[in-house]
Amino acid sequence: MEFLRKLFCRDTRATATEDREGPQPTFTRPRMDVGWITDPGRVRDHNEDSALVITAGHDTHQAHPPFGLLVLADGMGGHRAGEVASSMAARVAAHHITHQSYLPSLLGPERDARHPALTEVLIDAVQAANQMVSEEVPGSGTTLTCALVLGTQAYIAHVGDSRAYAITEEGIEQITHDHSVVDRLVDTGQLTPEEAAVHPQKNVLYRAIGQSGALEVDTHVRKFDEGDYLLLCSDGLWGLVSEATVVDLIRGEDSLQEACRRMVAAANDAGGSDNITAVLWRSPLG
Amino acid sequence: MTPTDPLETRRIEDTPSAPVGEDGKHNSALSPDQSTPGEPKSDRPPRIDGRLPPGFLLENRYRILSVLAIGGMSAVYKGQDLRFSKVKRVCAIKEMTSSATDPDVRQMILRNFERETNILATLNHPGIVQVYDCFTEGDRSYLVLEYVRGKDLEAILDKTRGFLPEEKVVSWAIQICEVLSYLHSHEPRPIVFRDIKPSNVMLDDFGRVKLIDFGIAKMFRSGKRGTMIGTEGYSPPEQYQGIADPRVDIYALGATIHHLMSKRDPRLEPPFSFHQRPIHETNPSVSRELLEVVHRALEYEANDRYGSADEMKRALMSLRSARGGSDTAPFGAPAVVKSEITPQWRFALEDEIRSSPAVHDGNVYVGAYDHNLYALAADNGEFLWKYATDGGIASSPCVYEGMVFVGSSDKVLYAVDASDGRIRWTCPTEGKVWSSPQAAFHHVFFGSDDRHLYAVNVESGRVAWRFEADGPVRSSPHLGDEAIYVGCEAGVVYAVDTGGEIRWRFRARRAVTSSPAVTDEMVYIGAQDRYVYGLDVRSGWLAWRYRTDGAVISSPVVGKGIVYVGSADGHLYALDAESGRLVWRYGTEGQVTSSPALSGERVYFGSVDGGVYCVEAETGNLLWRFQTDGPVTSSPAATEELVYIGSSDRYLYALPG
Repeated sequence: MEFLRKLFCRDTRATATEDREGPQPTFTRPRMDVGWITDPGRVRDHNEDSALVITAGHDTHQAHPPFGLLVLADGMGGHRAGEVASSMAARVAAHHITHQSYLPSLLGPERDARHPALTEVLIDAVQAANQMVSEEVPGSGTTLTCALVLGTQAYIAHVGDSRAYAITEEGIEQITHDHSVVDRLVDTGQLTPEEAAVHPQKNVLYRAIGQSGALEVDTHVRKFDEGDYLLLCSDGLWGLVSEATVVDLIRGEDSLQEACRRMVAAANDAGGSDNITAVLWRSPLG
Repeated sequence: MTPTDPLETRRIEDTPSAPVGEDGKHNSALSPDQSTPGEPKSDRPPRIDGRLPPGFLLENRYRILSVLAIGGMSAVYKGQDLRFSKVKRVCAIKEMTSSATDPDVRQMILRNFERETNILATLNHPGIVQVYDCFTEGDRSYLVLEYVRGKDLEAILDKTRGFLPEEKVVSWAIQICEVLSYLHSHEPRPIVFRDIKPSNVMLDDFGRVKLIDFGIAKMFRSGKRGTMIGTEGYSPPEQYQGIADPRVDIYALGATIHHLMSKRDPRLEPPFSFHQRPIHETNPSVSRELLEVVHRALEYEANDRYGSADEMKRALMSLRSARGGSDTAPFGAPAVVKSEITPQWRFALEDEIRSSPAVHDGNVYVGAYDHNLYALAADNGEFLWKYATDGGIASSPCVYEGMVFVGSSDKVLYAVDASDGRIRWTCPTEGKVWSSPQAAFHHVFFGSDDRHLYAVNVESGRVAWRFEADGPVRSSPHLGDEAIYVGCEAGVVYAVDTGGEIRWRFRARRAVTSSPAVTDEMVYIGAQDRYVYGLDVRSGWLAWRYRTDGAVISSPVVGKGIVYVGSADGHLYALDAESGRLVWRYGTEGQVTSSPALSGERVYFGSVDGGVYCVEAETGNLLWRFQTDGPVTSSPAATEELVYIGSSDRYLYALPG
């Protein structure tokens, strides 16, 4: 009700009609703040992870919140097929999402029910990536986590075992669920998280880009308070660095890029046994 | 992620899922040259791609007629036993090959195969496929089985349009329980089938169930490939620890019933996720009783499942669908109608009530088509006062700062003293006022058929501003933290900014009569284009939409991450507020244009079928239903003790919550 208070609790001679004739305020819109980094780690000679980031802003009196698209993919498959798959999945998804969401918004403030909903756009994007990868790079696979950020709200689509985390004043919270068999066994109480961490099947996914046939895509919608963080990362980070350390590293750095760099360094210090990727976004102030 | 074999992310069938032909039938037509039994040929045709070609002779006794199914380590052929020279005796011949190169491993596999075959040979049950013979030729072992004319349940499911009738599925499940009961009571040790799934259950031409593919394939599963068991979808969690207890089969049967009824293939879903996606999500006609049986069979903990196949069979036998089925209560239909619910009081007005009551300070206020705004005592329905306008009232009153505001079809918004019903001021517009006023910060907001949203000072009745919409505004405004949200009959939803400027607009395909519900993140609103929309609160971007089968005039309410809204298709919907996915829906016999009211763990709403419904917010289970004598389009107002709602039968009811 803040704006109503502003509108009606000031000097009573002012009405909205008069306001319109008054001077227009200047707008300083919040900007998208993103850091990202991908690193092969210390053991592998090539990087099968892929990160893609797009940000856009528009200063205007109309509702045109800053737009961000964060995409992370972690590929698998021999003969360099994994890196081809992850890069292709990220690009195809980003193309679909910008084409269906941001580009139409440039034509005016009116949204239209003839356009698909954001969650549908995200699901379609992941399925388009699945189809392309299945056709172009058969025998490969990749995880895919896409976050479309509008202002302070994130729309997330996800398959595989890369993760999206929210880091807030309360701590760290995993937003996505890993589509791995051991994760389901933990969910159902058949394995403890400690047993899962060393389980021989911990890399076996039951859902990923590159699988033939129908692909079910998880979606999440999440609002972030100002100063909260959204982190996308591959298992090369979350498998080696504890959540507590991740929180400390992020909160200890004002620069998001530097925070990403330090998270990668921590994973390498822990052995760097896999490719490491982090994409970090901070909810804009105001 | 480690660069594992990419196939590890995928399901691998290392045995044919069933001995079925491409069309899913065993009795596939044979070509003429194959169907003529002749003398065994001495020169054998060569294998093609490792398969036996038609005419190939095994043991000088079985002639291969055709291939029924092919898998990674085995194949199933249709064959003919030539020892029966006078009749054509057809059999199914299962061939297993071992890819193991280690001779010791190969020997072990062969021994396991023969032992399993010997156990099978001792079984005698009409629901178990019979074994006729077994032998080994070179590195391949063969099992000669009864040839079942019919189809497996997976093939039947694939060819069924819509859903399989519950009576059929229950009758098959009962028969499977009988077979399992036979196997589990086998001496000296129980036999655990370990692989119950639709494709392993054959239905013969007489509608009788037979289990096929008798666990033999398991013996041929190498340890490494065994990791793929997790994607099969029908297995219980403990099977991943190598436990083979008879209750493994109970779980898999539950999973099979779930697949047959819901048409959702568990191999495409997260493992052990049945409870998160109950059958009624896709198939609302499933009975509540069957849901309970399936739920119990699918418990994660083996101890929580049925203790035996017999116990599960008794539960299935007790279902109404097992006893003729015609009186089966579909999920979502009233299971218990507590007709004994009696109103605390009711009050007769002079005409239909379409407006929704407002409760404030011990009084209940309601407008009627008889032109009057009524004030009654909330606890006993005692008449306090009434105020006559010059038109029918469908707008719902709002109480603020000692005044009651209500719109009328005489185009006027009225401000009446809440205590005595005396008029304080009127605000005339140029169109009928169906929209229900909302008040905050000394102003009252409402829409009019003159296509404007009004902001009026509550003290003076003076118009502070009006906002021009694209069509008549019958939707009631929502006063949010940052904007006012309202719909119009031209199908546009507006967020109006501080300067009275449009912050954003969203265009639906048809009129928006529904009023928005708003949270920190989203605006939820229904439209006559049948959709419920979830819009990003700041930008108006469409986050999700859910299509019902009728116009959505009902206004949504949100609580605990769920959006509740009615549709003219007769249902009340509960949708996930984040994703727009269906959580549950509840069916009535008439349109649901009434807006639901949420109070604690309960949702109240009316239906054009004359009923007032109370359902559990989390599950949609009916708690009670009260029948009035006319369509209920009024929306309820709920307090902790009572629910107030009007009906076209002219009564205002106060029902115990």
